[in-house]
Amino acid sequence: MPNSLLEVTGLETQFITPYGPVYAVNGVTFSLNAGETIGLVGESGSGKSVTMMSMLRLIPSPPARISGGTAMFHGQDLLKMKNDEIRKIRGSQISMIFQDPMTSFNSLLTIGRQIAEPLELHKGMSRAGAYARAAELLDLVGIPKAKERLNDYPHQFSGGMRQRAMIAMALTCKPQILIADEPTTALDVTIQAQIVDLVKQLRDEMGMAVVWITHDLGIIAGLAQRVIVMYGGCFIEHAQVKDLYESPLHPYTRGLLGSLPRLDQDERQELATIEGLPPVLRKKPDACPFAPRCTYKIEHCLHENPALREVAPGHQVACWVDLETGKER
Amino acid sequence: MATEQDILLKVMGLTKHFPVHEGSFIRRQTGVVHAVDGVSFNVRRGETLGLVGESGCGKSTTGRTILQLYKPTAGSVLFNGVDLVKLGEEELRQYRRKMQMIFQDPYASLNPRMTVGEIISDPLQVYKEVRTKKDIDDKVSELLELVKLDPSHINRYPHEFSGGQRQRIGVARSLALRPDMIVCDEPISALDVSIQAQVVNLLVELQRKFNLTYLFIAHDLSMVRHICDRVAVMYLGVIVELAERNEFYHNPLHPYTKALLSAVSIPDPRVEERRKRTILKGEIPSPIDPPSGCRFHTRCPIAKPECAQSQPELRELAPGHFAACHLI
Repeated sequence: MPNSLLEVTGLETQFITPYGPVYAVNGVTFSLNAGETIGLVGESGSGKSVTMMSMLRLIPSPPARISGGTAMFHGQDLLKMKNDEIRKIRGSQISMIFQDPMTSFNSLLTIGRQIAEPLELHKGMSRAGAYARAAELLDLVGIPKAKERLNDYPHQFSGGMRQRAMIAMALTCKPQILIADEPTTALDVTIQAQIVDLVKQLRDEMGMAVVWITHDLGIIAGLAQRVIVMYGGCFIEHAQVKDLYESPLHPYTRGLLGSLPRLDQDERQELATIEGLPPVLRKKPDACPFAPRCTYKIEHCLHENPALREVAPGHQVACWVDLETGKER
Repeated sequence: MATEQDILLKVMGLTKHFPVHEGSFIRRQTGVVHAVDGVSFNVRRGETLGLVGESGCGKSTTGRTILQLYKPTAGSVLFNGVDLVKLGEEELRQYRRKMQMIFQDPYASLNPRMTVGEIISDPLQVYKEVRTKKDIDDKVSELLELVKLDPSHINRYPHEFSGGQRQRIGVARSLALRPDMIVCDEPISALDVSIQAQVVNLLVELQRKFNLTYLFIAHDLSMVRHICDRVAVMYLGVIVELAERNEFYHNPLHPYTKALLSAVSIPDPRVEERRKRTILKGEIPSPIDPPSGCRFHTRCPIAKPECAQSQPELRELAPGHFAACHLI
């Protein structure tokens, strides 16, 4: 077992609403090693962003309530830190980039100001020094004439450039962990390819660990070493990337992979579908969250939510059923 | 080869320019957005033609201009041999029932104050195809069943449905008048992955059942391969390549198409490991001031000086395979 950089155990988050709590994240456990890339995959509302935002304490509470778990980073629990302590870690040792590059910048401040800010705050650099470094970073992420563009406002940048600028901002303090929350979803394919390529290159140069949140199983295939699949606020499968795509063990993962048409496939077969809709998480899951849509379900699935179990070396799944035999594991 | 008879829609030199104004008190036109700039293609009866490209390439404008939702700046649109551009308002209205549209955003394209029954029966009432309350209910129930929704939900409002279900309501509305052709404007790109397949399978099934012709506007090249018979690629208002599906994916000719295909990731780590990517530099230029000559030359990995001089025409390089490039 290599030394893990970050160790999250039993994380639980709920949202308190006037109609009762919503169980968004239900006891998720994972570790992240230095320099490693994990893909966190799931559909809208599955809890993938909330997991990461809870860990960094970026969700406002109330309405959110982090009701359990620990997130150990360098021997300290991120969930128990004081606000000014975690502020020293966010944007410095752990950075995050977001899906929508327009709304995640302050539209009233110049790009240069926003990239320089963490340098002044975390590294105590002078204004001039921070701006010079900001220009270097913009250049590093491939923005032409970086120095001149420091004084531009976010609306003067295109979507792809804004995403590059956000990456520059996240990298200012050479973080050990980069959390990428669907950074390419809002972009066109050719720009998406540019951004993925950029993150890969920077990751390898700087030795960062990356958690890449996405709903796109295609991107993960060429990017991550490990994949975690999330559904209904729970981790349902966790494996090395090749194992997951070659022999998915959870019926949801299997369905998801079957429902994707592939660019390199000629035959025109009907796409496999997962009937029904994702669950609304109004009550604490006392059954498998996928059971209502599952074609393999057995009696047990309706009474107890399966925990992640290792069923092959390095391959964990949360399912009562062995899909090969159709019987209980 | 398709004979004239098989062709349902013939688009010739279709052009749509939007004026750009400046000034709030004294407004004057300062430029033109070349959204669609001389696009020509045919759609055969019963086929699905995919129209793909990145945001801002003019694919949705092309779809809307074909349906005369925008008045074209130039060009003609022959539907069943009749030029829609030349029709008067009332004549056009009669043709509209034969051409429907499904929109991208299932949240914005349904009126939140109308019930599902009202939304779906609206086209029927506009064209006076139903008279009595019972007729309406029967017809709406039939349509709801067709798109696999529960007919008892007829009095519900759009907000009570999920994205995928709303898109089915949009599909039911477009089918109400039994159209010949449906323009599908990115009908699945706002939906979750597991829901996309449901809607795509439905569209394919309905096409078989009613012999529908689809113009399928999309940017997801994997999905286009799955459902289209032929594919056309647009870049900055012009078509750069058009071919039969298998030919298109096995033997793409235009450098932009090649780059576009190589940018799509494949959900298989072993394949991804071995793939070589052509990563385009820069971004799509502004359609207000498109590059001279070949519009792709500013990003093209193989561009030569002559590419900036003259605009290449769409030429047939193999039977049924068209591309617009000086260098092939």
